[in-house]
This record gives sequence, structure tokens and C-alpha cells, in this order.
Amino acid sequence: MTELQAERAGEPLRVPRIDVQSKRLRYIDALIALAAFAVLATLPFLFSSKALLDFVIRCSAFGLFATSLNLLVGYTGMISFGHGMFFGLGAYGFGLIMQRTGVPIPFAFIGTLLITAIVSVVIGAICVRLKEIYFAFVTLAFQMLIHSAILSWASLTGGDQGLRGGIPRPVFLGIDLSNHIHLYVMSCALLVIGLLLMRQIAQSPFGYTLRMIRDNASRASFIGINVWRAKLTIFVLAALFASTGGIIMSLFVSGAYPEFAYWTISGEGIFINMLGGVTTFLGPIVGTVLLLILNDTVTRLTEYYGIVLGIVILFFAIGLRKGLMDFAVERYEQRRGVTKERAR
Amino acid sequence: LDLDALTGCLASSACLVTQTTSGFIIGMLLFLVAVGLTLIFGVLKVVNFSHGAFYMFGAYFAMTAYQVTGSFALAMLCGATGTAILGLVFERVFMSRVYGGDVLMQLLVCYAFVLIFDDVVKLIWGPEFKSMGMPTAFQVPPLFIAGGVVPPYYLLLIGVALAAAAILGVGLARTKIGKVIRAAAHNPGMVSALGINTGLIYGGVFALGGMLAGLAGALAAPVRSLTPGMGFSVLIESFIVTVIGGMGSILGALIGALLIGLIRSFGSLGFPLFTDGLMYLFMVIVLVARPTGLFGKEVA
Repeated sequence: MTELQAERAGEPLRVPRIDVQSKRLRYIDALIALAAFAVLATLPFLFSSKALLDFVIRCSAFGLFATSLNLLVGYTGMISFGHGMFFGLGAYGFGLIMQRTGVPIPFAFIGTLLITAIVSVVIGAICVRLKEIYFAFVTLAFQMLIHSAILSWASLTGGDQGLRGGIPRPVFLGIDLSNHIHLYVMSCALLVIGLLLMRQIAQSPFGYTLRMIRDNASRASFIGINVWRAKLTIFVLAALFASTGGIIMSLFVSGAYPEFAYWTISGEGIFINMLGGVTTFLGPIVGTVLLLILNDTVTRLTEYYGIVLGIVILFFAIGLRKGLMDFAVERYEQRRGVTKERAR
Repeated sequence: LDLDALTGCLASSACLVTQTTSGFIIGMLLFLVAVGLTLIFGVLKVVNFSHGAFYMFGAYFAMTAYQVTGSFALAMLCGATGTAILGLVFERVFMSRVYGGDVLMQLLVCYAFVLIFDDVVKLIWGPEFKSMGMPTAFQVPPLFIAGGVVPPYYLLLIGVALAAAAILGVGLARTKIGKVIRAAAHNPGMVSALGINTGLIYGGVFALGGMLAGLAGALAAPVRSLTPGMGFSVLIESFIVTVIGGMGSILGALIGALLIGLIRSFGSLGFPLFTDGLMYLFMVIVLVARPTGLFGKEVA
């Protein structure tokens, strides 16, 4: 018994209450999301720079991808090294549906998510029962399987040339995605809605079940939680958001390339999470912005991009031992003298 | 899809011999890389994601040594010892800082080094494809076994790999150092309490793993083209081998590597475009049937 517990021995044990369903908090989340969207949507009127808009669109694609990965890595403790396959699947699925069938964009969007859901249920059913390192490998292997399928099924996917010829974007309800501003606003909307949904998942009772599985899976299963089903559910949900990121990417580059399904996308996703921090919800977004800025600067300065990026990773992994947001939050709490356990 | 070619090959002994040898070549090189991986995992409980880089360095060291000295034996020696030293330094300076931490950190440190090592090779040897060329001692007419063509160098490669497997197996099972290593894998705290320097063992095992991968790279240098990033595909394949064979099992690595080698060499006949896919498919089947691999024990 620790001192703290001994002090309280007389009174009934107080369990810290987490207001998982507190409506007020949900409204605050929704308000923040709305405000963020409003700020992003006014950017094109303030700055006319196309590069800035491009940057935000790329941030939306990778931000959705990285945050969805954090649902697995940070919240559930499942280190997926193949999450990028769903990014690639989203890009290819969407591009192919648009090129082959020419249905309105929302239908193609839903169709892509359906395909992703089916594929991720099958892959997830095989992977989620495996432990830590095996899970990482098998997801990596599936990533490579999908990558090699894309390369070899050249008649459908264009092989190593990628999906070329552009993606048709018929106007739907006045939204014309070949207009850069429209594409920009739609990306921002998808990003904000996606983040809000993921936040809801993370703060829901299900989200707290995931944290429990991360911290002690056997205890979770003792109290009657079907760990396998919970893990599979979050695996599929995360895949859907990653796929959405892929869809944004395919619209942005108007095509899809095998690199989107290559393992390095997954590696970057893990690194983004690390860079931003996995203990805060917005950490991956911060990481995305940092990585993209880093990416753009370093590739402009030197062709030895790997060395620079590697040293930065080492700094975070060995030097800081945590992500930037984790670090900032910890510092802030230290300064405030907050000692209470933060439910994360 | 070209099933006729596959059945045609299975019917002819010449083709069978040729394909089997080439499968064994792929398998033996994979085994040398995978056994280092599995050894490091078994003792240090870390997955060396940068193991492919040692294979790459082994090949480049061997090429340079061969160009400078002209001696093939010296080239092999250089490839192996160079990577052993590299492994020791890498483990002591960087990896030893992330033991016991979460897997994410270990993967990240390795990921960082995959990026750094590839660029270092690019800096030193240039980004273009290189080739070491077959050493003059082996520029002799190939042997014909049952009508199949078998270059003598292939026999040497298989022989060296099998010898390494035997030495490793016997060394771990019979010698005192082998016992200490196995004990350290089982309970490092106790081993350290008995007055054995576990840090030294960890470094040694990592160096040994690096050396085996470097040896594989050096052996592969005459028959494969050298390029920065050549380690990665080998790494993925040796992961598959260790996962199929079971993490931490040397016999498993050998069997898994041979299976993958044969799948690759015969698969390239029947499914020329989907050879890689075939391999991943096989791994998935094994894992569904036996989650710990063919020879794996329950992993904590």
C-alpha cells in the first residue's frame, strides 16, 4: 500500500470519474472543429498562395492517415506497420471507380470506403489476434502483398506507372473539384469531420475500452470484453479514415501511384505519430505539419534526405523519448504543478 | 499466370535441378540474414529493422576489398568483419538505449538507421547499380547435374551457408559461450547477477548477427547487383522467413528460408508477376494455421 492509499484508507475508495458521455465536452469539440474549419476556409481569401493551399491539402490527407494510425498505436497499443495499405487502397479504389464507372463523386467515395471496409475486415480478422511484433510484421507483409498486387495487376492498376490519365471530377451539387479552391475546402471539410469523428470514437466508452486493452488486455477480457472484436472494430474504423486520406491524395495528384501503397507510407505514419506524440489527440496532426515542413525544406536543400530525417528521428527517439506534443503537455503540467493522473 | 511452364519444368529433371539450386541460393542467403535476425530477437528481444543494411554493407565492403586486393577470400573476410564491427558499435551506442522501452522506439531507431545507412552508401559508393563480378577463381565452366546447369560458385555459397548454420547450431548447443547466450536470452538479470557482463553478450550477439548478414551480402555480391536500398527487400523476405519458421528458432529459420527460396524460384516460372505475392500468401497461410510459426514456441 502506498502512502497515498494509506492516507485514504479510512474513507471509501474514490475512483476517478471520467465523464465519457459529458455532452458539454462534445459540444466544445464540435465548436473547436467548426472554428478550425472556419479559419481554414478563410485562408484562400487572405493568402493567394497556391503553395499554401497545396500544403494544407497534403496535411489533410496525411493528417487523417496519421491520426487514424494513432487510434491503433496510441489508443489501442497495436503497432501496425502496414496501415499505409489502406491509404493506397483508398487512392486506387477511388481513382479506379471514377475512371471506370464515372459515377458522381460521393458514390465513388462511399464505394471506396465499402471496399476498404471489406478488405480491412478480412486482413484485420487475420492480424488482430497476433501479438505486438507479429502484428507489426504481418500487417507489413499485407502491405507488401497489396503493393505487389498493384504492381503485377497492370491491366487494372497501370502497374509501376500508376493510375494515369487523370481522375474525372464531374460537378456534383455545384461542387466542382477541378476548381482548386473547391478541392481545398472539401479537403478541409473532410479533415475536420474525420478528426471530429475520430475524437468521438476516442472519447466514447468504446475508446476507453481500447485504452484498457492497451494497458492490460487480459484484464479487459476477464471483465467480459471481447478483445478480438474490439480490436477488429478499431482496425476497420482506422482503415476507413486512412482510406479517406488516400482519397484526398488521389484527388490532389489526380491519380494513384504504387508508392501510396508502399511500406514507407506506413513508416512515415509511425514517424509522424512519434514526432507529434501519441498521448494527445492532436499530436499526429502536429506531427504531420512538422514532417511535411521538414520534408519540403530538406528536399530543397540536399539530396541526402535520409540522413537528415534519420538524425531528426534519432533525436526524438533517443534524445526526447517522446513526441513534441507529449513533451509540451508534460512541461505545461509540470509548470502548473498538476500532479493528478491524466486520463489519456 | 503461366502454369504450363511450371508443370513443364516439374516434368524435366534438368529444369528441376536448375530451379532447385537457384531456390537454394536464394534460401541460403535469406537464411544467413534471417538467422541473425532471429538470434538478435531471441537474446535481445528487439527486432532489428535495420538488419538489411548490414547485408548491404557486407556486399559493398566485399566489393571494395575485392577491387583493392583482388582476393576473394579477403573480400569475404572484410564483408563479415566490417559488418560485425558496425553491428557492435550500432548496438552499444544506439540500440542499447532503447531496450525495455516500447517497441515503437526500437522500430524508430532502426527506421532512422535504414534511412541513414542507405544515404551513407549513396554518399560513399554512389547511387547507381554496381557489380562486383564473378571472382576469377570461379570463372570455370558450370557443372551439369542430371542435365541441369549448376555454377560452381553456387555450390560454394550453399556450402558456406550450411557450414555457418552447423557452427552456429553446435556452438549454441554445446559450447560454454552458447550456454551463456541461451541463459541470457532466458533470464538476463540472473546471468548478470552471476557476474557475467550481459552488455558484452548483447553487443556480441548483435555483432554476430551483423556478421552473418554481412557474410550473406558478401556472398551475394558476385551474383547480385549492388544498389543502395538493396537491403530492404532482403529484410522483408527474412522477416517472412523468421515469422514462418518461428521467431528465435534457428532450425525454423533454415526451413523457412529454404521454403521461401523454393517458392521464389518455382513461383517465378508459374506466376512470373506475382512471385512476391505468393510469398506473402504463404506466410499468411502459415500464420493462420500456426500463429507462432512452424518451429516457434509461445512468445511472450
